[in-house]
Amino acid sequence: MDKKMQTVLPKKKKNTLKLKFETTRSYAPALESTSAANIKPQYDLFINGKFEAPLSKKYFPTINPSNEEKLSEVAEANAADVDKAVKAATNAYEKVWKKMAAKERGKYIFRIARIIQEKARELAIIETLDGGKPIRESRDFDIPAAANHFFYYAGWADKLDYAFPNKRTESIGVAGQIIPWNFPLLMAAWKIAPALATGNTVVLKPAETTPLTALKLAEIIQEADLPPGVVNIITGGGATGVALVNHPEIKKIAFTGSTEVGKIILQTTAGTNKKLTLELGGKAANIIFEDAPLDEAVEGVINGIFFNQGQVCCAGSRLYVQESVAHTVIQKLKDRLESLIVGNPLDKNTDIGAINSRQQLQTIQKYLKIGKQEGAELYESPCALPKKGFWCRPTLFTNVAQSNRIAQEEIFGPVLAILTFRTDDEVIEKANNSPYGLSAGVWTDKGSKIFNMSKRLKAGVIWANTFNKFDPTSPFGGFKESGFGREGGLHGLLPYVNLINS
Amino acid sequence: MFFMNDKDKFFGFLKSPSVDQVGLEERASRFTKRSIKKETKLNGLFLTLNMIDLTTLEGKDSEGKVKQLCYKAQHLHDTYPGLPTVAAICVYPAMIRIAKKALAGSGIKIASVATGFPSGQVPQKVKIKETRFAVAEGADEVDMVISRGKFLAGEYNYVFDEIATIKDACGAARLKVILETGELGTMDKIRRASDIAMHAGADFIKTSTGKIQPAATMPVTLVMLEAIRDFYYQTGKMIGMKPAGGISKSKLALHYLVMVKETLGDAWMNNEWFRFGASSLANDVLMQIEKERTGNYQSGNYFSID
Repeated sequence: MDKKMQTVLPKKKKNTLKLKFETTRSYAPALESTSAANIKPQYDLFINGKFEAPLSKKYFPTINPSNEEKLSEVAEANAADVDKAVKAATNAYEKVWKKMAAKERGKYIFRIARIIQEKARELAIIETLDGGKPIRESRDFDIPAAANHFFYYAGWADKLDYAFPNKRTESIGVAGQIIPWNFPLLMAAWKIAPALATGNTVVLKPAETTPLTALKLAEIIQEADLPPGVVNIITGGGATGVALVNHPEIKKIAFTGSTEVGKIILQTTAGTNKKLTLELGGKAANIIFEDAPLDEAVEGVINGIFFNQGQVCCAGSRLYVQESVAHTVIQKLKDRLESLIVGNPLDKNTDIGAINSRQQLQTIQKYLKIGKQEGAELYESPCALPKKGFWCRPTLFTNVAQSNRIAQEEIFGPVLAILTFRTDDEVIEKANNSPYGLSAGVWTDKGSKIFNMSKRLKAGVIWANTFNKFDPTSPFGGFKESGFGREGGLHGLLPYVNLINS
Repeated sequence: MFFMNDKDKFFGFLKSPSVDQVGLEERASRFTKRSIKKETKLNGLFLTLNMIDLTTLEGKDSEGKVKQLCYKAQHLHDTYPGLPTVAAICVYPAMIRIAKKALAGSGIKIASVATGFPSGQVPQKVKIKETRFAVAEGADEVDMVISRGKFLAGEYNYVFDEIATIKDACGAARLKVILETGELGTMDKIRRASDIAMHAGADFIKTSTGKIQPAATMPVTLVMLEAIRDFYYQTGKMIGMKPAGGISKSKLALHYLVMVKETLGDAWMNNEWFRFGASSLANDVLMQIEKERTGNYQSGNYFSID
């Protein structure tokens, strides 16, 4: 909208036609204020309804990935701390939560949901500060979705007798839950809400790099007056997670994270009586047929891969586009890429924020290098990047082959691999040719094709003419190495109950 | 639509891509999430004023009314020095001569509706004659309506030929083709009508007459902007866009500008390629500009109603 940008006329020669976007430089900053965010300089472990200093006596810093400044420091739970938390959860389970009338349990969960809504603005700002995601996403997606999840499962609490025909449900005990850093509060909601609704108690470990909103949730749980020990939130790294998984009193493990760690958990819980659900990696195929609504498909592909900087397990990171429209689609993707605003996550106009950690940035950069070495063509947004913090330009790879590593391995970043196909059978074969099977997308104007494709694609979630849409009523989970068990919806109750013939 | 060979250049409109309404509306609403502040807002408001086709299309239009409107077009708000003028005045053919005289030397264009506006239900001969009359009277731009009845009956060739004929009758005047999207029913049809109009020679495509509800909406405008973008990549030719009717608030106008900028890029961000067809938008923009200057909203009574 700057006046100096008004007069650039594109060249007329066919091959050089290119629209010009200078979006990033065009909007004045519109920063969300951080004054509403109350972050303490130090956080203890949330055990038995109170914040308690760790027996380990250790704390570690959590930083803002967009400028590498320290936000706070949080306790590092060791095995003794984990034991203390699990004991508190067991005690609360046996003495209070298990016996409580279901409708009373529901009231507590509703209360948590409402307080999340009341504190939505503060939670959104903290989520953005701690994780690097754009405020537009934490404000419009993460926080409302987290509240909705609590609302939804609160409703189930006193209706479990009607959930599974001819079956009665019984709670399990203490659930040990380990969540990732990409949707910190939302993942906590996904884990805690169904566990509480079904009458279980919880020990939750948020990710090392994004503990703050889980600790705010602990404050909310205090405010909601939940009986002590029903929810315990302990921070720490990998060792804390190991201690939690190995604790003998844990009856159920729910893990969301990498396939690598998922495999280790599967091995360590083998032979124990622990129930297990795993929600792991993905390399989703997003398929565009020639009859698709192309502009909407392009928008869906952009949201599919650049939502949360691509750090989404169900991100549409493999694009299969029918050869007859490949040229047009790639052109449109490039144009759209240029109108994405990369920068300060607190700016309301930011589309792409910071990468969550230095380690993750290095992983992404490794794959950018591999892609180039493999001969794929790299196209990245020409945007400028901030000097401090962890940043990656939104990137497309064209000329990608099925055998390229960038088409096979999960990158977990804003990097899209574009492949082409000719026939339906070919694309089904290629899309299913992956160790993962979490999600997929189909773009076509033909309804019958949608049903045909969704029947043949091996993925837990299949979106048609849309992508990355979530709802608490809809189950989510994977095939193959993307894990097992479902979260959300009626199916999301199953991992937390024993079914008994009634 | 998909290949840039000569055949497609001439018959591309027969292969308009489909539009998914849900996805389209989602994309359109995303533009409204942009937060337009400070100097960006002020630039946007100035630009909006400069893109307005100040319009009067009433049965009761008179010489006096048109003259007053023409004065307003040149003097939007004289207590604020340095304001731009509007882009054009939009009137019925009978008023062109009056407007021409009133706007002499101002650089403001005269747009005239023609071809049996707003229904278009007159014989083609009459449409051609009316167009020639408008041009002869001094119209710089002609806003024609398409034959929606023929279009909905599937007679695309008729619609194409008629637009091409009117374009011919326009001579040097720029042709804006009004699709009357509120009568077309679906986004797919709006896309097809846009493609037909552009391939038949339109210089501008325009949503509405303002006489039918719904008039311009953001999703409808987005479909047309996307058609313009595809046409540009196929032919190298830029086509202008004019949403008309229903845009009366500055905030909405700024959302439209964001949409144009992020769909077509910076080359379209001027009144050569983008217009607002509006009668009451100017005063709301002026009120916002004064608010930016003084920090307070002023009473509507400080802005002239013409």
